Amino acid sequence: MDFTLKIWRQENQKAKGRFETYKIKDISPDCSFLEMLDILNESLVNKLSHPVCFDNDCREGICGMCGLYINGRPHGPDDAVTTCQLHMRKFTDGETITIEPWRAKPFPVIRDLVVDRTALDKMIQEGGYISVTSGGVPDGNAIPIPKHKADQAMDSASCIGCGACIAACKNASAMLFVGAKVTQLALLPQGKPEAAIRVQKMVAKMDELGFGNCTNTYACEAECPKEIKRSNISRMNLEFILAKIVSEETI
Amino acid sequence: MSTLDSKIPEGQLSEKWTRYKSSQKLVNPANKRKLDIIVVGTGLAGSSAAASLGALGFNVKIFCISDSPRRAHSIAAQGGINAAKNYQNDGDSIERLFNDTIKGGDYRAREANVYRLAEVANSIIDQGVAQGIPFARDYAGLLDNRSFGGSQVSRTFYAKGQTGQQLLLGAYSALSKEIKAGTVKMYERREMMDLVVIDGQARGIITRNLQTGELERWSSHAVVMATGGYGNVYFLSTNAMECNGSAAVQCYHKGAMFANPCFVQIHPTCIPVKGDYQSKLTLMSESLRNDGRIWVPKNIEDAKAIREGKLNPTDLKEEDRDYYLERRYPAFGNLVPRDIASRAAKERCDAGYGVGAGFAVYLDFKTAIERLGRDKIQERYGNLFQMYEKIVDVDPYENPMMIYPAVHYTMGGLWVDYELQTTIPGLFATGEANFSDHGANRLGASALMQGLADGYFILPYTMQNFLADKIHQPRVSIETKEFDEAEKSVRAKLESIMAIKGEKTVDTLQRELGHIMWEYVGMGRNAEKLTKAIPMLADLRKEFWSNVRVTGDMNSMNPELAKALRLADHIELAEIMAKDALQREESCGGHYREEYVTDEGEARRDDKNFMFVGVWEYKGEEQEPIMHKEELNYEFINVQQRNYK
Repeated sequence: MDFTLKIWRQENQKAKGRFETYKIKDISPDCSFLEMLDILNESLVNKLSHPVCFDNDCREGICGMCGLYINGRPHGPDDAVTTCQLHMRKFTDGETITIEPWRAKPFPVIRDLVVDRTALDKMIQEGGYISVTSGGVPDGNAIPIPKHKADQAMDSASCIGCGACIAACKNASAMLFVGAKVTQLALLPQGKPEAAIRVQKMVAKMDELGFGNCTNTYACEAECPKEIKRSNISRMNLEFILAKIVSEETI
Repeated sequence: MSTLDSKIPEGQLSEKWTRYKSSQKLVNPANKRKLDIIVVGTGLAGSSAAASLGALGFNVKIFCISDSPRRAHSIAAQGGINAAKNYQNDGDSIERLFNDTIKGGDYRAREANVYRLAEVANSIIDQGVAQGIPFARDYAGLLDNRSFGGSQVSRTFYAKGQTGQQLLLGAYSALSKEIKAGTVKMYERREMMDLVVIDGQARGIITRNLQTGELERWSSHAVVMATGGYGNVYFLSTNAMECNGSAAVQCYHKGAMFANPCFVQIHPTCIPVKGDYQSKLTLMSESLRNDGRIWVPKNIEDAKAIREGKLNPTDLKEEDRDYYLERRYPAFGNLVPRDIASRAAKERCDAGYGVGAGFAVYLDFKTAIERLGRDKIQERYGNLFQMYEKIVDVDPYENPMMIYPAVHYTMGGLWVDYELQTTIPGLFATGEANFSDHGANRLGASALMQGLADGYFILPYTMQNFLADKIHQPRVSIETKEFDEAEKSVRAKLESIMAIKGEKTVDTLQRELGHIMWEYVGMGRNAEKLTKAIPMLADLRKEFWSNVRVTGDMNSMNPELAKALRLADHIELAEIMAKDALQREESCGGHYREEYVTDEGEARRDDKNFMFVGVWEYKGEEQEPIMHKEELNYEFINVQQRNYK
C-alpha cells in the first residue's frame, strides 16, 4: 500500500511547528501503524535527516506510551485500540494520513509528536492511591469483596493513562481519567476511608493543571482504547458531591 | 572463591530469612534521613523498592526511562502472580512452591534465595489487596486462582489478563504516595549512562536526559539496579522497545560480575513473525494453556495443505490432530514448563508439521468454549483474544490461535548475594536485572512474584544492613574526580558514535545482531554454531563502531542515538552470552545444547560438572572476560531429573 503522510514537526516546545509531507510506498496491510513510521524513519536516516520523534514502548496496547492523533482521531480509525495496535489494513491504498501530537494545553509538545504527559502523574500523586505502606496489612481474603464490585473496579482500573480521552475532548477534560481512578478505589472497601479526601484533592489538582470541564459529548468514552465508560465520570461527580455535602473532611 | 561469597545465613532453610532479619543491623529514623539511595528503573522491582525505602525514611531518587513509571514493561505481564496461599485446599505450601520453582529452574538456582521468595510471596498478595488491586474473585467474594505451567496446584492470582498492569499500578500508587510525601524524588525521561564507583563503593550514576540530551550527575550512599532484562539482544522479543541491558553492562564494566548470561527464556505462546518490518513480538499469556489445547496436524500432508491455504484447521477431524504436549507429557499436558513447551513446538515445526508460514502451531479453545461457554472464556481471556484479533485479523473464538516461541525473559543477570548485593559494595540488583531465583528456566507467574518480593520485602531489610555502616559516611560531592571521569567517558562515547556517520542504520545492525543470536545462540545451541557466533559478534561490534549512522545531534531528543548506545552494549552482552552458552556443556532449562540430550530427546543435565553459576568478570576492552564459578550446594532439596510425563 502507498500513503502520503502529513506529519507535525516541531524541534522543541518553543519552536514553531509545521506539517511536513512524506510519501511512503509498498507498505504491507499487516504492518502496524508504528512499524510504518519505523520504515519512514529508517528512510529519513538513510537520507541523513532527523527521524520523526514519537513515543512508544510496549507495542501491545498496555503501557499507554504511544498516542497519535491520526486523521482527527486519537489512536486513529479503529475502535478500542491504541496507536500501536492500529494496522495499515484499516486505511485505504493511496490515502493521505494526517498525524498530529495530542492537542491539549496541559500536554506541551516536547518534540514532533511527543508530548509531556506528566500532568497525569501529578493528579495520581494527589490521592489516586490507598495510603498503605509495605507490610502490616491483613490477609488477602480477610475482606470479601462482592464479585460484581471487584469486576467493576477492574473495568475502571484498566485505564492505561494514554491521555486519548483528554486529546479527544474539546475542553481537554481529564474527568474520564480521574473518574476511573476515583471509581476504582471508591468501589472497594479498602478505598473507602480516604474516598472523600481523594476525590476533592484530585479534582482540585485537575482544575489547577488546566484541564477543562466535561462537555457531555462523550468523545472520551468513544475514543478510549480500553473502553472505559462515562459512568466513571458520573461516579466521580457523585463522590465529589457526597464529599462536599456529607463528609466532615474537606480540603 | 572469596569474591563470590553468597552470604547465605546458617541454619535450616525455613529459618534462614527469619534468622537474618532478627540479627541484621538497622538504621534509626534520624539516620535514615541522612542516607541517600538511587533506584534506576520504575518497573515492579524499582517502584516497589523505592516506595518501601522511601516510606522507611530514606532519601530516595528514582530514575525512569520513559515519561511515567506506569510505562515500565512489567505492565505487560498478563497471566498472574504465584503465591502459596493454599486458598484452594489443593495441597499447596511454601515448600511446594519452593520445590516447583527449583525444579522448574532445572536445579540451577540458589536454594536459600528461592525458599525466601516462596516464603514472602503470600505477603505480596495481601499487600496488593490492601493497595486496592482488583484481583479476580469468586462468587463468595474471595480471591480466585488459576493454574500455570510447572505446577499441579492452582496458586496463580490474577486480574483478568492484566495482572502485571494491576500490580504495577499498585506499586506505582505506593510510589506516587511517597513522591507526594517528598521521600522519593522522581526523574523521568532519564537513561543511566554510567555507574560511579568511589573507593570501591557504588556512589552515584551519570544519566542522560532523553528530552534535552544533557548529562547529569547524581550521588548517593547506595544504588539499586532495577533495570529489567536483556531479551532485546535478540531484536525480536516480547520485551518493550525501551527494554535494554545497557545499564547492567555499565555495571559489569565497573566490576559487577554477570551471572549465567546464556540463560534466556523462550516463551512458547507468542504471535508468530509476519514480516521483515516487524518490530517486536506479542505474547499470548501462558494462562491460555489452562483452557487452550496445543496441536498440529497428525499427517504431514494436512500440514502442507493448511500452509497452502487448501485446508481449514477447523475442518480437521479430532483424530487427525496431534495434541503433542498431551501425548508426550500426560501428567502435565499443556501445562508443562515454558522451555519444554517451546522445544516441543520447534520440534514439530522442524519436522514439517508447522502451520501458518511453517513456524506456528495451534492453540485451540474449541473444547473449552464447548465446555464452559463463550462468555466464561471471554471473562477469563477477553483482552487477550481482542489483542490477538487486532494483530492477526482472525477471530480466535472461531478459529484456533496460531502461536510460536519467542524470546521473553532473561534468567541471567547481575550476580547478587543473599542480600541482593552485587560484587560492587553498595550496588544492589533486583527483579529481572539479577540472576538469583529462576535458575535455568523461570516458571510462569513468578516474575511478578520475584520483582515485588525483592522490592517490598527483601531490599528494605538487606539494604539497611549495608547502610547501617554508612551513617557516618558524608554525602559525596558530584564534583569529585570519579564523577568528572565518568561524565567525560560518557561524553566521549556519545561524540564518537555521532562522529562515525557510517552507512548502516541502528535498526539494520540491530536486526543483524538479532539474526545471529536467534540462529546461533537461540533455542537449539551446539558447539559448532556457538563457535561461529563468537567471531561474527566481534565483527559486528567492529562494524558498529565504524559504520553506524546516527543523524541529528546529541544535545536534544534523539531516539536514534539512544538506540545506538543500547545496541553497542547489547553486542557486548551477546558476546558473553555466546561464550557462556559454549562453556556450559549440558542442557538445562532454557539452555538446550543439541549435543546433550537423552534418548527421548529431552534435555540432559550434567550435575557432576555443571552444577554451578557461571559468573563473568570484565577484564577490559579487547580482553577476554574471566568466568568464575559459584558452586550450587543443594542441602535440602533432592535433586532429580525433571519429569513432567
